[in-house]
Amino acid sequence: MDWSIILVNAIRAAIGVPAAAYALSAVGLNLQFGYTGLLNFGHVASMAVGAYGLALTVDMGGPMWLGLIVGVLAALALAVLLGYPTLRLRADYLAIVTIAAGEILRLTVRSTFAAPLTGGVFGVQRFANPFFAINPIPEGRYGFGRLGFDERSVWVLLVGWTAVVLAVLFVTRLIRSPWGRVVRAIRDDEDATMSLGKNVFYYKMQSLMIGGVIGALAGMYLAIDQQNVVPDAYIPLLTFYAFTVVIIGGPGTLVGPVVGSIVFWFLFEFIDGVMTFVVLEGWTGDLFQTTDIGAMKFVLFGLGLMTLMIYRPQGLFGSREEMMIDAR
Amino acid sequence: MPGRSESVISVEPVPGVAKPDPILTIDSVRRLFGGVKAVDVAHLEIQRGTITSLIGPNGAGKTTLFNVLTGFDEADDGTWHLNGGPLVGVPSFRVARKGMVRTFQLTRSLARLSVMENVLLAAKNQSGETLRGSVLGRWRSVEEANTKRAAVLLERFGLDTMAQEYAGTLSGGQRKLLEMARALMVEPELVMLDEPTAGVNPALTQSLLEHIKEVRAEGRTVIFIEHDMDVVHEISDWVVVLSQGSVIAEGKPDQISTNPDVIDAYLGRHHGSV
Repeated sequence: MDWSIILVNAIRAAIGVPAAAYALSAVGLNLQFGYTGLLNFGHVASMAVGAYGLALTVDMGGPMWLGLIVGVLAALALAVLLGYPTLRLRADYLAIVTIAAGEILRLTVRSTFAAPLTGGVFGVQRFANPFFAINPIPEGRYGFGRLGFDERSVWVLLVGWTAVVLAVLFVTRLIRSPWGRVVRAIRDDEDATMSLGKNVFYYKMQSLMIGGVIGALAGMYLAIDQQNVVPDAYIPLLTFYAFTVVIIGGPGTLVGPVVGSIVFWFLFEFIDGVMTFVVLEGWTGDLFQTTDIGAMKFVLFGLGLMTLMIYRPQGLFGSREEMMIDAR
Repeated sequence: MPGRSESVISVEPVPGVAKPDPILTIDSVRRLFGGVKAVDVAHLEIQRGTITSLIGPNGAGKTTLFNVLTGFDEADDGTWHLNGGPLVGVPSFRVARKGMVRTFQLTRSLARLSVMENVLLAAKNQSGETLRGSVLGRWRSVEEANTKRAAVLLERFGLDTMAQEYAGTLSGGQRKLLEMARALMVEPELVMLDEPTAGVNPALTQSLLEHIKEVRAEGRTVIFIEHDMDVVHEISDWVVVLSQGSVIAEGKPDQISTNPDVIDAYLGRHHGSV
């Protein structure tokens, strides 16, 4: 066993497709949760409608660009549907409704009666061929040594991280403008913001919609890479991964979600690698088998997250001074 | 020191009396909490350009009336008009845009915004607050002008040195000042202050009162809820007394302090009897 292999694998994970997808997804969630204070526990639903919007459009014979538009429109519709009844209420209600809506959506999509349209539990496959057909990267191997990628991976990664950069730039432009000041004010105190003549409901809806569209793009991206959408990929755990990413990076920071995702995937792979090494060396005896690694990985990751919360509650990029202020 | 308003000198001290130039008129406004009438105001007019104090025992319905009038609560019945325009069912943010801005009993500084941002937020003319305007990015010149106006307000309220600090780091009294500065940034015609002097030390209370008088001197109308009768005496042009939701008396400060109904409301019906 070689430490450099563990490290290289961790680095591959840190810049990989899931890392880019979660970074993008977390940028959307961060706008909702980190900046506007919306407790959206159904972020995975945005990813799901984006992915399904794209996959079903192509599956029914539409072009991919149309699928992209359908996915975005579906995410907007979902945000309106969830936001309209709940955004006038206290923050907790949005959390309850969104977590339920995500599950309802997943269970509906996988149900037998929806199967003729959605493909049921088997979902839809091989709908992203046009995306790979326009790959401009010449055939070959890029990178060095173990950290090399083929032209397909380079193309996918290039598109993913470009989307991440564009999303961060877009959110930065919004947040550094008076619009961003209003949503940050809403995060602190809705009533005070309303008393100064701001239509709080309207801003919360906009934030939910924009964050939802960015989440949908992340969902589409993952689906394109895997050439596969299945309903059971969109479990609530994905939302909580996205929250973890946001919290590691620092909620309400511009690059936090991106760095959070990189750190998240790096650590996940690194812990896995180290544990596998330790077990294979036989250091743990009979106490601990390779089959326990999957579960133990989550335990260690949870401990790490708790440590972060205790010693750096503002995340990697957050301002401690801002965090320590009691919002009321 | 800015003088008192002369406009209500000859108005009769009778509950529901008509004023020469009312900015706000309230008719049959009722708000019930279960069986309790929290607010039940038959008729009330607020004279433009005055400082009107709203007083009454705890639970008299002062804050509830504020909430109803500013759209933070819904009335069960009744109408009210600002400058003749109806306000029933108008959402709170639109009430503020129409020129009627309130503050809160428990101060609500936007803690994680800077003091300057708190005030800038209140400006009405910033097109960068729309998504479109934000993306297009042509909001900087307005922002610059607003920043100048905000800086003048912050200096006036003695908060200029704190402009870049988080509002959450201000003291309780400074937060009250910030809330007033913020309300004025909206350029309201009518400012409604919910107990601006609660929990504020005497020196700062005095400074707050001077600020309130200045607001009147600018031609704005002020309604404020107050408990301290000395304060009420010092600055009000007119006093409205609320008890159990209804207006039981109104008049000039010295007329109110000798009004037997008011004394009854505060001390109980049988005071003085053994």
